[in-house]
Order: sequence, then structure tokens, then C-alpha cells
Amino acid sequence: MAGKDASVLTISPDGPLRGSITTFGALAGSGFRRYTTYRQATIAGTFTNVVFGYLRCYVLLAVAASTLGNRPAGYDTEQLATYVWLGQGLLSVVMLWGWSELAERIRTGDVASDLLRPVPPLVAYLAADLGRSAHAMLTRFVAPVVVGALCFPLRVPTRWQTVPLFLVSVLLAVVVSFGCRYLVNATAYWLHDARGPIMMWVLGAGVLGGLYFPLRLLPDWLAITLWLGTPMPSILQTPLDVAAERDGPDLQLALVALQAGWAVALLALAAAVQRRAERRLVVQGG
Amino acid sequence: MGELRAYAALAGAQARSVLAYRASFVVELLGNVGATVFDVLTVLALFRATDRIGGFALPEALLMTSITSAGFALADFLIGNVDRLKTYVRAGTLDAVLVRPLGALPQLLLMDLPMRKLLRVVFGFGVLAVALGLNDIDWTPARVLLITLSPLCGMVFLGSIFVISASLAFWWVDSGEVGSAFTYGGRDFASYPITVYGPVFRGLFAYALGFAFVSYQPALALLGRADPLGLPSGAGFAAPLVALAAAAVATGVWRTGIRHYRSTGS
Repeated sequence: MAGKDASVLTISPDGPLRGSITTFGALAGSGFRRYTTYRQATIAGTFTNVVFGYLRCYVLLAVAASTLGNRPAGYDTEQLATYVWLGQGLLSVVMLWGWSELAERIRTGDVASDLLRPVPPLVAYLAADLGRSAHAMLTRFVAPVVVGALCFPLRVPTRWQTVPLFLVSVLLAVVVSFGCRYLVNATAYWLHDARGPIMMWVLGAGVLGGLYFPLRLLPDWLAITLWLGTPMPSILQTPLDVAAERDGPDLQLALVALQAGWAVALLALAAAVQRRAERRLVVQGG
Repeated sequence: MGELRAYAALAGAQARSVLAYRASFVVELLGNVGATVFDVLTVLALFRATDRIGGFALPEALLMTSITSAGFALADFLIGNVDRLKTYVRAGTLDAVLVRPLGALPQLLLMDLPMRKLLRVVFGFGVLAVALGLNDIDWTPARVLLITLSPLCGMVFLGSIFVISASLAFWWVDSGEVGSAFTYGGRDFASYPITVYGPVFRGLFAYALGFAFVSYQPALALLGRADPLGLPSGAGFAAPLVALAAAAVATGVWRTGIRHYRSTGS
């Protein structure tokens, strides 16, 4: 199946691998360009992220002010401010909130045309999502971080590896989040209407991802269980802890490695689910 | 009378359509109450690190959180649907609402009365009851009246914010998430003692927009605590006036917006 399709993929004469990479790049580029057209929505969303940034930052700083040693859950005030403002920026990069495009296409039957294309749907959607997140990184990530840096003292990285590690961590976070969203949407192959699973995802991702409060505030056993047992902390908490240098260099690296494990596992699971779904898919309508 | 029957028919149709998909309904019911549960859990998680936030202990902070939650749950249940206005304005479907001989706002609300948000109202008031039990309140008739009115004033106030935020769509169709900064943002703002915020941010949300009177000032009046920010301790009793003022502004904005509406053409 895959071997046969590779010949269809090769539009360029440079060989199948180059062709696949070109196709992937083109799809990512179109995902990027699509979001550049939603200018007003970008501005509106950024405004809201900034307001919530002030809210969460003031609350956490007030917690720090009355904590013994001013270090709740091991974060100093600069690390907390970094955690909040980078979090408000990353929120839309990893697209923590709902994504129901695939579920809608399954429900309406449009997914049939995705299956006709020479690129597997998982790969095509991943490429588009990476393009989207690159756009978000340049717009919706930068604005809250700039506002936060102007109004609060943020943590300046003290280790050389923090910034590159943070960028890798963000990329992995996007993939992990994409994998989860794809799986949640793919329930529509069986349920037809994925609104329930999507709602549960939005609810769980916010709180277990560490958006409302850093998960380190929870008892250790619970935080560790969440980290190892669910992909959610790998979506927001890990890149934020990496950027805030909450842990020593070894643990910092280990958290990113854990993220990579989740990314691979979720993509493999999504591919398996997609294969099963394709075998049983009945497109509705005449 | 005939008008009431028409509204009842709209609400009844809505209830029947909801009950046609029972499993979805249960999931949405749980999902909605879950959001409020997590708001309360967040407050509890923050108090794991410290015993005071902004100078207030857990029972006092929980009282503020729960007054806001109860008021917000009511407002979101009855009026929250108005934030779909932007989809109606964009698609031009608001025309259908305007040509009927009924009020536009009540129709919009009843066209999709969110039964799924009911459980959240129950939970909000449950937490309020717990918070009242945890605090040692010196009950006077005035305070009994205040705690009865507080969630309702919160509902009127936050409902007005919902209407004003949604009306933004009459002028700016792509306003998108801007409204959430004031509806959900306002709820989050009023869920904590306002002493935690910086002076400019607090001045804007608490006093200029009036969010201090959703739960902070009423809670102080109930507890008989002096306001560390300098307002008289009885300022909480002004909450109904603030709510009515917000409702008056919302009515004005809504009416201007409806008159400003120019469909989508073709």
C-alpha cells in the first residue's frame, strides 16, 4: 500500500524522499499561510491571552509573597512570572483548546477526499499543524512574552542549553498536543459526533497541562503519576519548566526526553487508529 | 400572554432536542460542571503552598470564589448563550430573529437554553453553602439579605458583561475572543481577593468596570472585615446598585447595537 503510493507522491524528479519532504514542507507552508489571513482573530486572541496573563501572574505572585521563602513549589518569583507569561504565549502555539476540524470532516464525510490524496491524513494534518504552530510562535507567543517582560521581571536563562532545549521542547509539545487532538477527533470515526470527547479533552488538558496552576503545587506522587501516566504535562508544563529552569540540567533534559517518548507513542497510536478507522469507514450520504 | 406561550414553545423545543441525545447531554453536563470544579480545585491547590493569599485565609477566599462561581453559573446558564451572537451576525441569521414579533434578546437566549449548564449552577451554590459554613459570620438581618442578593447581583452584573461583550460583534464581527477577556477573565478576576492585583490592573477591573462588587466587597461586608484597600466595610451593600448600573449600560449598548445591525447582504 505504502510502496505503491510512493510513486504517486513523487512529483519532483529528485526521488521519493526529496519528494516527500517537499510535499510535507508545502503542506506546512500552507498551514502557516492559512493563519496569516486570520489577522483580526490573532489580535483578539492575543489581547485575551494578555489579560489572563496579568490575572494569573498577580495571583501566583501573591501566593509567592506569603509563602515561606517566597518559593511556592520551588519557583522563585521570576520563574513564576516566566511560567505564566510564556504559558499564555504557548497556549495557542500548542493549541490547547478545541480543534474539531478532523471530527467535522469525518461527520460530514469530507474526510473521504483526504483519503484520496497520496499523503496519509495523519502526515498531512501534522504538517499543517506544524505550519500553524510556527505562525503562532511568531505572533501569539511573542506578544504576551513582550508584555510580561515589560511589566514583570522574567527569568533570564542562566544555562547555554536552556533556549535550544526550550525550542525542541515546544516542537515536541506541539506534536504531543497534535497526537492527542488527532486521537480525540478520530473518535468521530466510531461515534460520528466527537463533541463529548473534545469537551473532556479541553477540560483535562487545561488543568493537567499546568495552565491553571503549576502541577508542582500538587503532592509529589500525584505530579509524578500525571507526568508519567498522561501526556498532558508534556504539552505545557514541560516546556515552561524548561524555560524557567525549575530543575537541574539533568532533570531538564530528562523531561524533554519523556516528551519525545510521548510524541512517538502518540503518533504511532494515532497511525494505528487511523488504519483501523479506514478499514471500517463508511462515508455517509449519496 | 401569547408572547409568553411563544417563548415557552421555543424553550420546550430546545429541551426536547437536548433530551433526544441523552448520552451527549450527560457528557456535556459533566464537562460543564467539571470546569467549575477545577476552578475551585485551583484555589485549593494554591492554598497548598501558603495559608494566606492577598491577606485572606482559605475560608475567606473560598467565600469570594463561591459567590462569583454561583453568580457566574447563573449568568452563564441564562445569558451566556448571547456570545453566539457573533456567529449569527456573521452569517446574517440574526435577520430571522429580528423579523419575528418577539424581543431579539429573549429569543437568542431561549433558542439555545443550555440545559447542560444546570449542574454547574447547583455545584456553584453547593460550594457557597460550604464556604458560608467554614466562615464564622455574625448573622444580622442585613447580612442575610446581602448573602441572598449577592449571587443574584453577581448574575445581573456578569450577565450584563456577557451582553456588552457580545454586542461588540455588532461593530466588530471578528472580535472573536476579546469578549472572553471580560466574561471569563472577569469571573477569574473576581474569584480571588482583589488585594492580589497590581494597582493599575485592579483600578481598571475592580473599580472602573466594577468587578470588586461581584464578590470581594460583599464578602468583606458579610465577614465584617475592614477593607485593606480603603473602601468602607459596608461598601458591599452597594452591590445591587452596581449590578443595576451595569444592566442599564448593557441595555443601552444592546439597543444601540441592534439599531446598528445591517445584515450581511445578498
